[in-house]
Amino acid sequence: METYDIVIVGGGPAGLAAAIAAKKAGIDRLLILERDSELGGILNQCIHSGFGLHTFGEELTGPEYADRYIRQVRELNIPCQLQTMVLDISPERVLTVTGREHGLQQIAARAIILAMGCRERPRGALNIPGYRPAGIYSAGTAQRLVNMEGYLPGKEIVILGSGDIGLIMARRMSLEGAHVKVVAEVLPYSGGLKRNIAQCLDDFGIPLKLSHTVIDIDGKERVRGITLAEVDENRRPIPGPEEYIPCDTLLLSVGLLPENELSSSAGVTLDSVTGGPVVTESLLTSVPGVFACGNVLHVHDLVDFVSEEASRAGSNAAAYLQGGEKAEDASVCLVGKKGVRYTVPQLLDVHQMPEQLTVRFRVGQSYRDASLCVWFNDTCFRRIRKRIMAPGEMEQFTLRRADLPADLHTITFTVEEDAK
Amino acid sequence: MYDVIVIGAGAVGCSIARELSRYQLRLCVLDKNEDVCEGTSKANSAIVHAGFDALPGSKKARFNVLGSQMMEELSHQLDFAYRRNGALVLCFDEADRPKLQELYDRGVTNGVEGLRILEKEALHAMEPAVTQEAVAALYAPTSGIVCPFGMTIAMAENACENGAEFRLNTEVQSLRRAGDHFVVTTAAGDLETRAVINAAGVYGDILHNQICEKQVHIVPRKGEYCLLDRKDGHLVDHTVFQLPGKLGKGILVTPTVHGNLLMGPTAADQDAREGTNTTAAGLAESISKARCSVPDLPLRDVITSFAGLRAHLVDGEDDFVMQQSAPGYFEAIGIESPGLTAAPAIGVYMAQLAAESLHLSKKENFKAQRKGIVNPQELSFPERQELVRQNPAYGNIICRCEQISEGEILDAIHRPLGARSLDGVKRRVRAGSGRCQGGFCGPRVMELLSRELKEPMTDLTKSGGASRLVVGLTKEEL
Repeated sequence: METYDIVIVGGGPAGLAAAIAAKKAGIDRLLILERDSELGGILNQCIHSGFGLHTFGEELTGPEYADRYIRQVRELNIPCQLQTMVLDISPERVLTVTGREHGLQQIAARAIILAMGCRERPRGALNIPGYRPAGIYSAGTAQRLVNMEGYLPGKEIVILGSGDIGLIMARRMSLEGAHVKVVAEVLPYSGGLKRNIAQCLDDFGIPLKLSHTVIDIDGKERVRGITLAEVDENRRPIPGPEEYIPCDTLLLSVGLLPENELSSSAGVTLDSVTGGPVVTESLLTSVPGVFACGNVLHVHDLVDFVSEEASRAGSNAAAYLQGGEKAEDASVCLVGKKGVRYTVPQLLDVHQMPEQLTVRFRVGQSYRDASLCVWFNDTCFRRIRKRIMAPGEMEQFTLRRADLPADLHTITFTVEEDAK
Repeated sequence: MYDVIVIGAGAVGCSIARELSRYQLRLCVLDKNEDVCEGTSKANSAIVHAGFDALPGSKKARFNVLGSQMMEELSHQLDFAYRRNGALVLCFDEADRPKLQELYDRGVTNGVEGLRILEKEALHAMEPAVTQEAVAALYAPTSGIVCPFGMTIAMAENACENGAEFRLNTEVQSLRRAGDHFVVTTAAGDLETRAVINAAGVYGDILHNQICEKQVHIVPRKGEYCLLDRKDGHLVDHTVFQLPGKLGKGILVTPTVHGNLLMGPTAADQDAREGTNTTAAGLAESISKARCSVPDLPLRDVITSFAGLRAHLVDGEDDFVMQQSAPGYFEAIGIESPGLTAAPAIGVYMAQLAAESLHLSKKENFKAQRKGIVNPQELSFPERQELVRQNPAYGNIICRCEQISEGEILDAIHRPLGARSLDGVKRRVRAGSGRCQGGFCGPRVMELLSRELKEPMTDLTKSGGASRLVVGLTKEEL
C-alpha cells in the first residue's frame, strides 16, 4: 500500500490552498485526490466575477481565481489524481479510492486534509408538495448546465431561496435569455450577500419576495407552474391569498450542506450546527492526523476566506507531522450563544495557538445596532458595536494569545441587543 | 397477429409476460409510458406482505401468501434485491388486543407461517426504536422488503430475453373485438391479437368496459410517502405497521432494501388517474402517524417524497379480479395492496389461464435465469479491483451519494429494455437516488445517455413524454 505524508481529499479552492501551504512548509509526499476531471472544484462553474478581492485585491472570475492556485500546484509539482473518488476513509487514515486511471486502490496517509466542500439541499429536503416533473433544479446544477455544458434548463424561471447561488443564477438566466419571474425567500431576509441582491436582482428588475415559499409544484412531466404563498414567522404558509405563477423551471437555492459522509466513516465528530467537523485552532478534527477546511468544515460566503483557512490547515498539518504527530490539549471550548449560532474552531489549545487566531461564526438572525460580546469564562472581555449583522455574512473576531487569562476554560460569543 | 397482448408493463403485466414467455407464442406487452414500472409499481411501500391482512378465502389472501412464498427463489432466479426482514404490527391500546388476535387468527387461516404475538418487553427487545406506547405487537417473520423496480425490470428483461416484444410509449386508445380476435388501437397504429390480458392498473376499468357488458369502476387511491437518508435505514430493522384503530388505517415505517427509511402511505380516493402529486396534508399525515410508531424519526434527513396510486376497484367484493371475463379477454384488475407481493403468483395464474385457453405449449429453451447489473459495492475488494481493471468504467464514480459508477450506468442503458431517461437510469442502478437527488450526477448521467443513445441533450427526458430536461442551448433566446 502506498503511503503519503498528507493526502488532500478534494481539489477545489480549499484543497488547492491546503496542498500549496503544506508543500511550502516542506512536505513532499503529498497527493491531491479530485473526483472531477479538472482541479478547481465549484469555481469552474462560477464564471461571474467578484472572487479574490481580499486575497489578490482584484476582481477575478471563479476559473481565474482557481487558476492562480492551480498554477502554483503545477509549479510546485504537487501530484494530483483526477477523476478519482474517495469511497471510504478509515480511522487509521487508510483511504479507499477509485478512478478510471488508477483503478481501485488503497492509500495510507500520515495526515489527511478533508476538503470535500458542500452540496446543495435538494427539493426533497424541503418536502415541497406537488408533482415531481422535469424542470426542478438546484441552482448549482443549473449553473453547471448553463456555464459548463451550454444548455438552458428553462425559459420561464422561478427561484426559491435567495442564497448567493440563487441570486447569481437569477442574473445568469436573465443574461442567457430566460425570464426570471421572481425570487422567493422563506425567511424575512435574504441569506445572500447584499452586493448580490443589488447586482443580480435589482439591476435586472427581478422581484424578491421575502417570507414567501413554494407550496405546490404543478406539471406531471415538465414544470407548468408553482404556487407561492406567504409564510408566518414560523415559516408556515399563511392560509389566504396564494399566487399561481406559470413557469417551466423551478431553481432551488435553499442551503448548502457540508459533505461529511467520508468524515463520518473516519470517525470524525461533527458539529450539529455547522454540519462540519468539530476542530481545534489548528483545524484538527477529533481523529488524530485528520484536518478539515473550507466548505466541508462550515459553509463560507467568500472563497478568499476558504483559501486562507485552507492554507492554515495545510501548514498546520505539516507542522503536526514535523512536530512528531503530538496530540493537542485543546481544553478551552469556544461556544456561540444568544444569537451566535456556532464558532469555528470549537476547541482551543492555548499552548499551541498562534499569537493571533481568527475565530469565525454566524449570527442566527438579522441585527441592527446590536453588540457582539466576547466572554472569557463569565467575564465580558470585549463588546463591539455592530451596525448590521446578518446570517448571510460570516463574522469574525481575532483572539490574541496575550489577552487570554490563565484560568480560561470557555470563550463565549453572544449578541447583546441594546436596550432601546 | 399476436397470440397475446398484455396491456400494462407494471409488476403484474411483466410477471404475466414472463410466465407466458415460457410458452411458444407471439407475445407483446404494451405500455403508454417510456419505460416499464412507471405506474403503481414504482411508487408503493415495497413490502412483501406476509399475508395476515387479507380476508381468508379472498384472492388477495391466497395470492399474497403464494407470492410471498415465491419471492425468495424468484429473487435468486432473476437477481433482484429482496430481504426477509420480518414485520411488526403495533398495538397501542389494551382495548385493541382483540383486533391483534383477529389479525393473528386471520394470518394462521391464510397459511402465514411463524406468526407470534409479542408482549411489550419482547417487542422492544426486538425493535428498540418503537414507541413505548406500544403494548404488544403481532410479529410476522416471513414479511419482507423488495426493490419494486428491480423486481419488475427483472421480470420484464427476462420476458424480453425469452421472446416477448415490448412496445413502450404505446398508449392503447381503444380495444375492440373483431370476429375471432381483437384489434388494439394505439397511436402507433392497430395491433391484432388472439387474446388480450388487461394489466393496466388504474386504467384497468377503462379497458374492461370496452369489452365487457358489466361495467366496473376504478378509483385511484393515493398514498403519500417520505423517504429518509440511507444513514437512517438502521433505525428499525423490521417493517413496523400500526394496528388499524383510533389512528385510522395506519402508516408503516420500514427500512428499504437499499437501506433508506420509508414512511407512508396515506389513503385518499381521487378522480385523477395521473394525479401522483403529493400534498401538504398528505405528507404531514405520513410524518405525524409514522412518529406514533417511531417517535425519534430524524425528519431533517428526508431526501424525497412521492405519491403512488392504488387501483381500487369500487364495485364487487373488495378483492383482486383475476379471470377470463370474455372469450379471449383476460384481466388482472383491482390489483391494489398486496399486489406487489402477489404479482409473481398472479403472473403464474394468469399465464396458465391464457395458455390453457389458447392451447399453448411450453418452450424447450426457456431461460429462467436472469443476471442483473453488476453492483461493484457488493463485491469483495479484490473482485472489485479486478472488475475495474478489466473495465475502468466501473472505477469512474458518477453518482457520489450512492457511489454508482459509469460502468453500471452504461449497463443500465445497454441492457434489453435499457434505460432511455434519467429516471430509467435511476430505477435500474440508483444514480440520483441518494441524498442530493441527482443534483450532482444529473448532468453527468445526461451526458452518458446522450453519448450512448446518440441523442442530443436537448431531446433527453426525465421520464419520457414531455419531460425534457433542458429546453435548448444558452443564448438561443437572445
